[in-house]
Amino acid sequence: MRFTVNGMEHDVKSPPLASLLHELREELHVTSPKAGCEQGGCGACTVFVDGEPRRACLLPLAAVDGATITTVEGLGTPDELSPVQAAFEQHYAAQCGFCTAGFLIAATALVQRQPDASRDDVLEALSGHVCRCTGYVKIVSAVEAALRGDAQPEEVEPSFEPEEAEVLIPGSPA
Amino acid sequence: MVLAGGTILMPELNYGRLRPERVLLLQEAGLTGIHRDGSSLTIAAMTTLADLEDAPEPLATTARSVADHEIRAQATLGGNLCAPPGGERPRGDLQAALIALGASVRSVGKDGERTEAVEDFLAGGTDDRLVLEVGLEEPRRAGHASLRRPHTHSYTILAVCAAETSGGVRVGVTGAGLTGIRARSVEQALAGGASPEDAAPKVLDDAKPQDDALASAWYRERMLPVLVRRALDDLEGGQ
Repeated sequence: MRFTVNGMEHDVKSPPLASLLHELREELHVTSPKAGCEQGGCGACTVFVDGEPRRACLLPLAAVDGATITTVEGLGTPDELSPVQAAFEQHYAAQCGFCTAGFLIAATALVQRQPDASRDDVLEALSGHVCRCTGYVKIVSAVEAALRGDAQPEEVEPSFEPEEAEVLIPGSPA
Repeated sequence: MVLAGGTILMPELNYGRLRPERVLLLQEAGLTGIHRDGSSLTIAAMTTLADLEDAPEPLATTARSVADHEIRAQATLGGNLCAPPGGERPRGDLQAALIALGASVRSVGKDGERTEAVEDFLAGGTDDRLVLEVGLEEPRRAGHASLRRPHTHSYTILAVCAAETSGGVRVGVTGAGLTGIRARSVEQALAGGASPEDAAPKVLDDAKPQDDALASAWYRERMLPVLVRRALDDLEGGQ
């Protein structure tokens, strides 16, 4: 079995019923897809398979022979974020980050298939993804910004100056 | 073991609860697609729930209510029909819609191929059957009512579908038993001229709701007649 991950071809030697998630993380060391529930319920392992968002934990390797896989590593780079990644940065849409890769894939898929998506469409499209920091409001804001096309990472400004912080938190070492 | 979409079986494999020696993957078996011939439809077993969103009501609304975008793109009609109850709760979300539509199931097993009504297929046990396709007729009217999902991955607590075809009005229930149930008493009352309000409570003659992790039998018994009436009202409104 062979498949392509972020533009690179890989020979697969794992058992055919091992999950795509296992192969990505444990064999190829592509670690943006996370092993959360490993039963399809949390969304953290979502990757693109032939351009469609899929749960990597629910796909046996035998089902992805010859497929083209794209993970968050293939969306953008730290110097050149994808528009959805830039929106997440601008809107502080990641806290602990465990769920973020899955949200980024689902959001990127939505922006591609439905550029005029409403807020309800965003909620529905993200409904298979769980954020345990409960940062949903910022995540949804980020996706809405990406849909509007107004997310630019250079527009990010600090929310307060350090001197202000001293005033806000009396007695703190800051 | 037969693997269709894999949304139910892959967790069992991931956790090592299933260790099959031989597995048949159906994804390249050519069992996909909805074929229309006038008002008759044939839906192949590997058709995804996402593709069923274009099927006739109440099947389309039911399919749209299952899980999320990614799961619906992978889960299949055949897999949903054969889904065993999981953790003592029902999982066959599509069954109420298929019962209401009077769908037939063509399946193959050791004793060969057979075509039967969906409720007979479910009653016969699905363990040694491979679903090939489901046949149904475009209904004249359709109705649907369900309890809203508190979380996307909860299976349906309770859902009622109604449809009028050439065979009259049929009513199916998901969530009041381990498989879908046909509410014949409600259908008979309607055929006898009863109003939806009077016919709806008769559903409790057909369904004996159970306790499970999603809801209590007590709650389901109170909500079931309400949902039947709402589904029948939806049917009337769709005239």
